[in-house]
Amino acid sequence: MTKVDLKNIRPYGDTLDDGKVQLAFSLPLRYGPEAKEAARQLAIEMGFEDVDVVSAHDLGGSFSFFVVYGKCKHSVDVTQLHIPKVEVEQMDYFQTNDFIRDKLGRKITVVAACTGSDAHTVGIDAIMNMKGYAGEPGLERYPWFRAQNLGAQVPNETLVAKAIDADADAILVSQIVTQKNVHISNLTRLVDLIEAEGIRDEVLLICGGPRISHELALELGFDAGFGPGTLPSHVAAYIAQELVRKEHRTSARLAEER
Amino acid sequence: MKLNLDTTRIARCRECAGDIADTIMEGVNRVTTTTIERTVCRLIGIDGVDSAGVPLPNVLVDMLHEAGRLASGAACYVGRAIVATGLSPQAIAEKVAAGEMDIVSFDSVEHDLARAALEDLVAKGIARIEANAERRRELMEKLSPGIEPLIYVIVATGNIYEDVNQAQSAAKAGADIIAVIRSTAQSLLDYVPYGATTEGFGGTFATQENFRIMRKALDETSLETGRYIRLVNYCSGLCMPEIAAMGAMERLDMMLNDSMYGILFRDINMKRTFADQHFSRMINAFAGITINTGEDNYLTTSDAYQEAHTVLASQFINEALAHRSGLPDEQIGLGHAFEIDPAMTNAFLYEVAQAQMARDIFPNEPLKYMPPTKYMTGDIFRGYLMNGMFNLAGVMTGQSIQLLGMLTEAVHTPHIHDRYLAIRNAKYVFSTARDLGCEMTFKPGGIVETRAQKVLDEAAVTLEQVREIGLMAAIEEGVFAGISRAPDGGRGLDGVAEKADDYWNPFEDEISARLKKNGGGACD
Repeated sequence: MTKVDLKNIRPYGDTLDDGKVQLAFSLPLRYGPEAKEAARQLAIEMGFEDVDVVSAHDLGGSFSFFVVYGKCKHSVDVTQLHIPKVEVEQMDYFQTNDFIRDKLGRKITVVAACTGSDAHTVGIDAIMNMKGYAGEPGLERYPWFRAQNLGAQVPNETLVAKAIDADADAILVSQIVTQKNVHISNLTRLVDLIEAEGIRDEVLLICGGPRISHELALELGFDAGFGPGTLPSHVAAYIAQELVRKEHRTSARLAEER
Repeated sequence: MKLNLDTTRIARCRECAGDIADTIMEGVNRVTTTTIERTVCRLIGIDGVDSAGVPLPNVLVDMLHEAGRLASGAACYVGRAIVATGLSPQAIAEKVAAGEMDIVSFDSVEHDLARAALEDLVAKGIARIEANAERRRELMEKLSPGIEPLIYVIVATGNIYEDVNQAQSAAKAGADIIAVIRSTAQSLLDYVPYGATTEGFGGTFATQENFRIMRKALDETSLETGRYIRLVNYCSGLCMPEIAAMGAMERLDMMLNDSMYGILFRDINMKRTFADQHFSRMINAFAGITINTGEDNYLTTSDAYQEAHTVLASQFINEALAHRSGLPDEQIGLGHAFEIDPAMTNAFLYEVAQAQMARDIFPNEPLKYMPPTKYMTGDIFRGYLMNGMFNLAGVMTGQSIQLLGMLTEAVHTPHIHDRYLAIRNAKYVFSTARDLGCEMTFKPGGIVETRAQKVLDEAAVTLEQVREIGLMAAIEEGVFAGISRAPDGGRGLDGVAEKADDYWNPFEDEISARLKKNGGGACD
């Protein structure tokens, strides 16, 4: 068998390095041979070879939809990639609670919200609610967490005020609506606000949502970001471990200063 | 009835829901709200905004409210101003906004004269709504009204003109119903934006001008396709009756109009919401607009299997309250959803049980069936199949309004071909299994029947409890969607006023009388 070349990774259809890719897109063109040819040429412009428009549909009016196959000419050198990942050792509900009891010896306070105009609480509810998600209990169920879910459409100012009020260890923000990148500006505003309040070093700042990655979160000034597929235990374990790490760092610094 | 459900239990649920609704109505009848009075202003012809962009109905009603005069209703003040000045309501509102007139300065005008001054304007407002209902009937007769389950899709670009492109494309592909999703957070605005809009987040602002633009476009497409394309918007939030009035004036066909949605999911005060929903539903009833209730939302926060009975309990309550606003069964689109965890064995059977149960219990109501969203992950291929299963459940259990799922749910607001693919999916499944429901009986005592009876039993228990403590207390205890709201909490309570003895809402009086005459049910 041919060996995979990590320096030149290409899409796989049924043969190594065949570069096969499927695309689906619409064009603002009346359905017909010209539209189909436009779709084919566009795929070539995108860097595909052996382009095949396998399906073309009239969307009515002046729009057409295409399913296209092509061979991708390009490749990626995987050996050069560096992806920031949330540093966490997997622990389940029981392990995390025990860990907090043994290593921290106090309850962790978390304040969470869907901020700005976002009314979609499905993500934050999955992580926070007593009932949890996918068979896992949410943070509200953890005896070693004091978890407060503020719900939907919470202004950043309110969230920060509540966090200060509760002396929160961590702030969780969920952003689902991403139209026109509203989540980016909203998350950035939160970071600015927290820095202005002078509490940035005192809280773990965590965001989550279907379009959130850890890399994006770091870029925006958060401590961590959780994307789709995140379970409550991931978030709980991260917060617990990171707080313990943080305490170690603080006590080490204090020892040095002494 | 396809499932052998306990009919005495069903009757008991209805009785409970009726008592629950009656108690709510006692509170509703005692109060008016700022948006109810703004609705009256709109219906007598006040529209437009002042120099700061504030809608004129808001300017006028805020002034009355600040003067402590809301309790008598806006109509008599406008009526008095007409008698005193001879100006039109619009001219009066403009003068008030310009600071050239004090709306509470005409107290010397007799109440009867004020009433008489509005008589023609009220008749004109009523006639406009009636003409729209009549026009809808004509078009439905002339064109095809569509075959159930009707295909319902959403457009949400933020730009009304872009929405028109997407809506017309979807209608040509087979959609029967177009809903223009509102901009996020519009429900929390205590005014209705004005004019055509091209900017919005997660949706397009509901404005009367946007309604008119979309209605015109869909009428064109209706004539072109030979099917009457229905238009939907949102009668929810802090401006429920105003949106209802705008929809009635611009011939919308459906309105999302739940009795509890705003309370639970938007933290709007419950006294405000119950009062607003009542008047908005009266307008919808009179305008021939079908309401869509929002029980599907409960399942996005609660578990669809565990909390199925709260959906049914809420359907009974929504039905009871809707009847008390004069809505006939045929205009009550009760909502529910296909949201059970797909990883659960026999999840599809439980979905069918829920959907068939709703059909059996509410035989004349145009049930609104909502697609999977909670377990849509961005895996578009699996999502497309889940939507196919949802469509199968819809056609085999005789659902009326099928809100199509998008394969890109949880990724982005639908692209033009996402909607097209969803319509192809639905058309294929509806056609290939068109008469499956008629051919099918359920095994007595089998999984489906047992499940449906269990949900009904649990709903009955819930309704008994709610009747015992009252709906407001039940909401406070978090019975619905696991969300707790206090009777005096939430947004909009400051816009609620106890009615005075001389309170007058000419449209409430007139619509109530007409609905009674049409036999559409007694309004409270």
